[in-house]
Amino acid sequence: MALNPFSSGTRLRDMIRAIRACKTAAEERGVVRRECAAIRASFSDNEQELRHRNMAKLMFIHMLGYPTHFGQMECLKLIAAVGYPEKRIGYLGLMLLLDERQEVLMLVTNSLKQDLNHSNQFIVGLALCALGNICSAEMARDLAPEVERLMRSRDANTKKKAALCSTRIVRKVPDLAENFMGLAASLLKEKHHGVLISAVQLCTELCKASKDALEYLRKNCIEGLVRILRDVSSSSYAPEYDVAGISDPFLHIRVLKLMRMLGQGDADCSEYMNDILAQVATKTESNKNAGNAILYECVETIMGIEATSGLRVLAINILGRFLSNRDNNIRYVALNILMRAIAVDTQAVQRHRVTILECVKDADASIRKRALELVFLLVNDTNVKPLTKELVDYLDVADPDFKEDLTAKICSIAEKFSQDKLWYLDQMFKVLSLAGKHVKDDVWHALIVVISNASELQGYSVRSLYTALQTYSEQGSLVRVAVWCIGEYGEMLVNNVGMLEAEGSITVTESDALDAVELGLSLYPADVTTRAMCLVALLKLSSRFPSMSERVKRIVSQNKENMVLELQQRSIEFGSIIQRHQSIRSSLLERMPVLDEATYLMKRASTTQASIPAYKPASAVTPGDLKFPNGLAKPAVTPLADLLDLSSDDATATTTASTTTAPSDFLQDLLGIGGTNLPTAGAPSSASTDILMDLLSIGSSPSQNGQLVPDLSLAQAEKKHVSAAPQLVSPVPEPVDLLGSLSSSTSVSGTKSATAVPQAVDLLDGLSSSTSVSGLEDACPSITAFQSATLKITFDFRKQLGKPQESTIHATFTNMSSSTYTEFIFQAAVPKFIQLRLDPASGNIVPANGKGSVTQGFSVTNNQHGQKPLAMRIRMSYKVNGEDRLEQGQVSNFPPGL
Amino acid sequence: MINFVLLISRQGKVRLTKWYSPYTQKERTKVIRELSGLILTRGPKLCNFVEWRGYKVVYRRYASLYFCMCIDADDNELEVLEIIHHFVEILDRYFGSVCELDLIFNFHKAYYVLDEILIAGELQESSKKNVARLIAAQDSLVEAAKEEASSISNIIAQATK
Repeated sequence: MALNPFSSGTRLRDMIRAIRACKTAAEERGVVRRECAAIRASFSDNEQELRHRNMAKLMFIHMLGYPTHFGQMECLKLIAAVGYPEKRIGYLGLMLLLDERQEVLMLVTNSLKQDLNHSNQFIVGLALCALGNICSAEMARDLAPEVERLMRSRDANTKKKAALCSTRIVRKVPDLAENFMGLAASLLKEKHHGVLISAVQLCTELCKASKDALEYLRKNCIEGLVRILRDVSSSSYAPEYDVAGISDPFLHIRVLKLMRMLGQGDADCSEYMNDILAQVATKTESNKNAGNAILYECVETIMGIEATSGLRVLAINILGRFLSNRDNNIRYVALNILMRAIAVDTQAVQRHRVTILECVKDADASIRKRALELVFLLVNDTNVKPLTKELVDYLDVADPDFKEDLTAKICSIAEKFSQDKLWYLDQMFKVLSLAGKHVKDDVWHALIVVISNASELQGYSVRSLYTALQTYSEQGSLVRVAVWCIGEYGEMLVNNVGMLEAEGSITVTESDALDAVELGLSLYPADVTTRAMCLVALLKLSSRFPSMSERVKRIVSQNKENMVLELQQRSIEFGSIIQRHQSIRSSLLERMPVLDEATYLMKRASTTQASIPAYKPASAVTPGDLKFPNGLAKPAVTPLADLLDLSSDDATATTTASTTTAPSDFLQDLLGIGGTNLPTAGAPSSASTDILMDLLSIGSSPSQNGQLVPDLSLAQAEKKHVSAAPQLVSPVPEPVDLLGSLSSSTSVSGTKSATAVPQAVDLLDGLSSSTSVSGLEDACPSITAFQSATLKITFDFRKQLGKPQESTIHATFTNMSSSTYTEFIFQAAVPKFIQLRLDPASGNIVPANGKGSVTQGFSVTNNQHGQKPLAMRIRMSYKVNGEDRLEQGQVSNFPPGL
Repeated sequence: MINFVLLISRQGKVRLTKWYSPYTQKERTKVIRELSGLILTRGPKLCNFVEWRGYKVVYRRYASLYFCMCIDADDNELEVLEIIHHFVEILDRYFGSVCELDLIFNFHKAYYVLDEILIAGELQESSKKNVARLIAAQDSLVEAAKEEASSISNIIAQATK
């Protein structure tokens, strides 16, 4: 390509050709770089005659996605020029290259003001257009008087532009609405369609912005609107405005929309519109898109205002016609209005149930999605069973992409109407069998809770799941639930306990049941959760079927050298339980106590409202309060179970507060608390963490010190257990952290504390990050975030794979001075793109001379992860001998990648 | 309200973008990438609406070009289809049976046309004739200014000979 290296001489056309001729992206970058260099040079040489061309080139380059900020000032210069051609390209450049958030834009306010007062209507038009497209709130405030004046202009063209410009002004600065309402209403008397359309839109915006404007327009313009609509809908053929035989559908639609705003909740206004709405609804041709667009808007307006019942019937009939239309666009909008109509007239919508259900199976993803949402709203007590059956049947043939949405909806329908437990279980088993891969974790967690509560259906459940597993072993969550049930209720499977009347008996031997679990173990080599659940199930089966224990031992021992530490540990520990502790095994492996459904539902509900994360302090349960009815046996099982949940909830690592991890917390309860027979109300998570601490402290006590041991009533039992595999208890990487947390929990044991929970969870996370090879988390180095002569703060980080933007930070405060700090408060501030959530601190007293420390956990979400690094300002206030002290600083040494 | 207008070619090349709501440069690139992925892969018989981040994108294909407009969830999708067609018809009259190449080489003119149809993401003119008249008047203003400039430079050139 023969290109002049100083190509400021190339014409726009030549540059576009050159860019289009590029075969590779690198070549294109080369051309663009050369052009940009030439344009810059030309800008700095102030070559007047090339400004126009350069700006056009720059816009093209901008459209290709290259940076063009160096052209912003040039735009301003062009706008300030005298000639129309310069101004035209300058304003276009301004609208393309800048947006309302750039400071440079403020500089243009003055030029805009001059141009708004220009005698040439086209220059005024340019200024209005630019202002309407990109003005900021400040500019809107500054220039509103000019725009207001222009709305009174004699030129129709200027009037319509000024009216639309005002819509943006009102959007940006709603307080200005009152200034415009009188003018807007008066513009409705014009004849020019452009002015009418713009004025109607301005009125609509005013109604949204201010209640006073809404009232004013209700009083002053309803008549005008009705007249406009009557004129335009009954006008004879007007070629200028004709679209497919309808005169100005755009004006129709905008007036109908404004009528909806005015008529909403106002019976008088609505009454006034009834006739004209009926006329539009009956007379509009529906064989073309334009007509249907009007009918669509008209139906929405009828549904929105206080319409008469006759009018409503008319609207519902139009909807019915829409729904049976063969045009996908029409069907889509029909489903759309039905969603809104459901609030007005549920019965009318129910009548279309069959058609809607057909739409769920449509080939078009947009239609399917709408229809599914609608079906979900339509479900009630009487139709839930047939509707669910339809959806479940469809699951078999649905698109893989769609299955996730579909299963989520089926499951929530089934849960919502789950009074009939047997029916609920059947539906869930079907869903798991057909689309178990797509089921979310909290769904199958909930299912396990229900099964554990329905004692009369446990036999049925385990048999159904076993049967399903034979055919659908590729469905991950089916395998998990089935394996859990076989582990818990294995004997019901083999002995056909609790047969239902309609159920056919099946013959399953003990070795068949074992086969099923072994299958789960072998099918999912990569899935640690499933494999871990299989191992627990096997352990449980060794006690249910004593004759099989040799085989169980063999299978379990296959994982002894597993690279995933979690599985290796289970394998070795379970092996030793089977081999050496037969005396306690049966009591150790008793069935799980019934899980508390109410608590679970409550917790789950709180996660669905995660937008308002409320931290609920768990009531303190000290280790001494725990009661273990079975003496030695029970406590021994809990650590194992706790270990299970380490891997089974991937979510634990992401968050620290107990509320946000409710389902996983629940699983903790499910598997951890079970053995402790605690009073469940409110306490469970803290209890399980206490146990965890016990476990950890045992593990670390040899390397740390003995001060914690007296606390632990279960030390002996666990020591035994630990000694079975001492090499597996690896030290936690941050001894300070561990010590800090533990000591806080011990010091707290006498008093009460709400913070024991998150810290314990932290510990849990710390452990898993250090020990499990499974790669749930990234390790980040710790930093010293702040250090002064008197105070030192260190941050430890944790991240979860797959969520790079979230980090959990654990801060440790150490007092380096010789006097104790009281009322210690740590505060942090972050830029807007980061979200910060602080958990409560472990205490507010920092002992002197670095003898102990206060810790506090918090999590940050970096919404611009990868683009901007984490940054934080911190402030610590405390009292020394009753005197206030304040220290602050900025943390900028965060490790990269946060 | 129309939040933005996009013209994308069958190959995913951007031919025109107009943003009525604030998006940073990064977001714009991301939006364009996401939407091309969504829209260009859709089959021919499917409906012209795509739900995206709580908004709806109405698109329509003309030859090798996709005209897309992103609207709020409660706007009238069918009407936006008509607005797209309105825009295309005006372009067609202005360029005289418009094709993709017209829009590439005269992209700035396409923007001028769009600015006579939409302001602040709302429709300003339902008459195609009126839009054509306004554009023609402004084009002739530019031509007149150019002629004047060239005649002045001729005079200067002659005077300095």
